[in-house]
Amino acid sequence: MMAYTLPLPGITSLLHRISGVLLFAGVAVLLYMLQSSLVSEEGFNGVKECLQAPIAKLIVWAVVSALLYHFVAGVKHLLMDTGVGETLEGAKAGATITLVVSAVLIVLAGVWIW
Amino acid sequence: MVTNVTSFGRSGLYDWMMQRVTAVILAAYTVFILGYLLLNPDLTYVQWKELFDGTCVRIFSLLTLLSLGGHAWVGLWTIATDYLKATGVRFIFQAICGAVMFAYLVWGIQILWGL
Repeated sequence: MMAYTLPLPGITSLLHRISGVLLFAGVAVLLYMLQSSLVSEEGFNGVKECLQAPIAKLIVWAVVSALLYHFVAGVKHLLMDTGVGETLEGAKAGATITLVVSAVLIVLAGVWIW
Repeated sequence: MVTNVTSFGRSGLYDWMMQRVTAVILAAYTVFILGYLLLNPDLTYVQWKELFDGTCVRIFSLLTLLSLGGHAWVGLWTIATDYLKATGVRFIFQAICGAVMFAYLVWGIQILWGL
């Protein structure tokens, strides 16, 4: 029975959770990159070189995408905490804006990384 | 009053507040680092090293790592209590999360202070 479908604000909330879990793992990638890039000039160039590989670009893009989505959804959360868009229509609009803004940012991040 | 021993601050209201305060710090750091990388496309090692040699950036970075720990604890607690109904499973999940957070914190301090 698929009588119940998740409304749009529910989807953005679920994505907020998924991106949060991904980020928690992604921090290990970011810390590893920070460590390698700061330890020596060779390490710094090594990170730069590694980032030329498509698989590395894909991993970084995935982490940055999770970060951007989590960021945008988080800002929406904080705005709603202050009472902005707390109605049913407001929540739907907020969810749409969250998805559109984060999608644009994720595409731009992809352009930046490639 | 419903209490849950694995919440961050032993109070839902405190957790709610911590989640938001840490969120603002994490957001600010995200803007700072992404902005820096965007404004310096031809970043060199010396520039990058100098940035993280600065006391202000180290303080900001450590604050962000501590915020991450608190923020992720509340977030993962929320998810764990929603989806992992068996107490034993949830306990193990939260224990692993806590250990990972602590490892991130110590690792981050090592990176920042070059220990």
